[in-house]
Amino acid sequence: MSKKFFNSGQHWVWLNAGAISISIIMVVGLLLLIAVRGLSHFWPAEVKTFEVVQEKETVQVMGEIHNIEDDIQDGLERKQYLLKMGNRDVYGLDFKWLDVKSITDTTVNEDAIVVERREWGNLYGFLTSVTKDGTVYKEDPEALQDIIERALEIHGEIRDIETGDIGAINYAMEQLRLDQRLLELDDELTEEAQAELDKQRAELQEEFLSYQEQLQELYADIKRDTAQFTLIGGETITLTAGNIVRAFQPNQMGFWAKLGHYFSKIGEFIFDEPREANTEGGVFPAIFGTVLMVLLMSIVVTPLGVVAAVYMREYAKQGPLTRTIRIAVNNLAGVPSIVYGVFGLGFFVYFLGGSIDELFYPEVSPSPMFGTPGLIWASLTLALLTLPVVIVSTEEGLARIPKSIREGSLALGATKFETLRKTVLPMASPAMMTGLILAVARAAGEVAPLMLVGVVKLAPTLPLDANAPFLHLERKFMHLGFHIYDVGFQSPNVEAARPLVYATALLLVLIIILLNIAAIKIRNNLREKYKSLEQ
Amino acid sequence: MTQVLEEKTIEQRLAEEKISIEVEKLNLFYGDKQALYDIDMKIPEKKVTAFIGPSGCGKSTLLRCFNRMNDLVDIARTQGDINIHGNNINKPGIDVAELRRNVGMVFQKPNPFPKSIYENIAYGLRLQGINKRRVLDEVVEWALKGAALWDEVKDRLHENALGMSGGQQQRLCIARAIAVQPEVLLLDEPASALDPISTLKIEELIHELKNDYTIVIVTHNMQQAARVSDYTAFMYMGDMVEFDQTDTIFTNPSQKKTEDYITGRYG
Repeated sequence: MSKKFFNSGQHWVWLNAGAISISIIMVVGLLLLIAVRGLSHFWPAEVKTFEVVQEKETVQVMGEIHNIEDDIQDGLERKQYLLKMGNRDVYGLDFKWLDVKSITDTTVNEDAIVVERREWGNLYGFLTSVTKDGTVYKEDPEALQDIIERALEIHGEIRDIETGDIGAINYAMEQLRLDQRLLELDDELTEEAQAELDKQRAELQEEFLSYQEQLQELYADIKRDTAQFTLIGGETITLTAGNIVRAFQPNQMGFWAKLGHYFSKIGEFIFDEPREANTEGGVFPAIFGTVLMVLLMSIVVTPLGVVAAVYMREYAKQGPLTRTIRIAVNNLAGVPSIVYGVFGLGFFVYFLGGSIDELFYPEVSPSPMFGTPGLIWASLTLALLTLPVVIVSTEEGLARIPKSIREGSLALGATKFETLRKTVLPMASPAMMTGLILAVARAAGEVAPLMLVGVVKLAPTLPLDANAPFLHLERKFMHLGFHIYDVGFQSPNVEAARPLVYATALLLVLIIILLNIAAIKIRNNLREKYKSLEQ
Repeated sequence: MTQVLEEKTIEQRLAEEKISIEVEKLNLFYGDKQALYDIDMKIPEKKVTAFIGPSGCGKSTLLRCFNRMNDLVDIARTQGDINIHGNNINKPGIDVAELRRNVGMVFQKPNPFPKSIYENIAYGLRLQGINKRRVLDEVVEWALKGAALWDEVKDRLHENALGMSGGQQQRLCIARAIAVQPEVLLLDEPASALDPISTLKIEELIHELKNDYTIVIVTHNMQQAARVSDYTAFMYMGDMVEFDQTDTIFTNPSQKKTEDYITGRYG
């Protein structure tokens, strides 16, 4: 029986099936974990009030249960709640461990309100009054929503002026300064030129002052309304409307209200900028940076890899030298990515970027423009990192084109180059796409080298904006992978940030999947077009 | 003594024909191994000349000398002259692409490009910089008619050529080759991968084409050689054993080896 079993090869089938199952379970488990942990963060939790006995005194605390921990200490089972009680400005800490045994009473208060603020994290308490344009409304949540809405509108206007208009003026001012510096360096700064520059500067200054005035009005306006809250311990806190992002009473919300809240939070996460040292708000700049960097990398790595592969496979004489080069290229794929980061910093940033600054932008000295980590250097470093993958798969693709097709083209009077361009390369394009897919998958997830060549915790501006030349390749940028590391391990408020780590991780995985699906779609189309290889 | 008489006959015959390809003292080596030994022959214009012989005898290699396809083999080395219409194609500095435009080739296995039927035929013309739609349309129709394929495919010119049957694909390859209007057409076992009906069609096509082209065909199939060719060369182990009119080769060969091969004693 067992001999028959082994002879038939059944054990190999079982082994293979086992290996596949383990792989699938691991992948699905990983995705489930980050999806559940990440997505549940945005669901509004119930706010509970606990009566706790602490050092023989009974105190009341209020907050959301963030985490439950069971452990055994000194042989005794001990269950603890991690309570998110917010109000960092009052208590100093957002979180508190509660021993379940010390809790004497738990209540759910309908009126409890959660206020997301621009500073100091969440507030948990009760609304006492709202002052709207001088009128006082007692315990009126609707009035609160009114003043928040108004404040958000004004906040949007302020932001538009600050980053859009004033940002553009600052940019223009900086350009003027550089122009002047350049003229100085060239000894061409005549009085006329100086006068012209001064004139332009004065115009900008005037514009700036008018915006400044508008801003002051808006700032005064946003402070007009206030709201007063009482905390569970009796403390009173007054917030100006401009300091509130969102207020809601989770204990009163029905399912649909919660669902609406959930999606609005997810929308904020995807489309907004981060707040509070990245622990609140959204990750839009990081998404943008990641995608832009991957696109730039693809634009660089594809032609480079294809050209290299074509030379090695089609033109270079096959011999020991070519073989050595091929082995070297294959091994490049195994070099740890941080090594590429160090190389990128040394070669691209300091040498190449420094030289560009010296040659073309002498006016920016002493502060570097290209001679500092930035988007372009990160893209180039990752292009270098993923080059072997593209070369190897393109070469394999070229090797698979049948000789008969090449001969058919040559026999019609095509030169070798024409044959390559019109027949061989199009037929090898699915293989190039495969290379690109692998490259994108690797590049999008890479973090270590980026920390050296261009990624920052918080970039003040996106690399793409309304100021000419629109795409600012020298700027630093944010990246989801680095964001995960930064929020999860470098943030001052690790507990609050942990769910965000999962959410960001999920987003990163989704983006990589999306980029890959796009590339795979293109590849399948190409395959369909040139399917002669399967004959 | 009969041999002298026969030789005279073929010499006389060839003297009456215009000569398209003239091979003189052709030797070919693959590395250290010699594949062709001192080949001398004259191929007449607008006639079908068949090369027969057992596998590995060098008939395909010889055929591929006529459009210098052997250049693609790194280790191949050629000595001797091949004159096509008076030009020595083994001379250094010859434009190989130009030569291949004049000497078209169809391969053993149909090898259409993974493009539309139309683009397959336009390929050679586009290489010459002819991109005018009207010209291309005309040539495509003319070439497809010339390859007896027009009626079968005229409604699906823009479909992928790989969707055609093997026989159609091979005729497409012939159409593709004649679209650039070569003087010589080399056919390297064009029907060996096809079914009998497709083979018949190809043979009929060869009959048609010899009015306009000098055709050299390599074939394994002796009946085929007998059916389609005017002249036949028998090759054995890299030697040109016998070259004569097809009738003579098949009815009254002068060499023992030829007779043995034709009567099926080996090969």
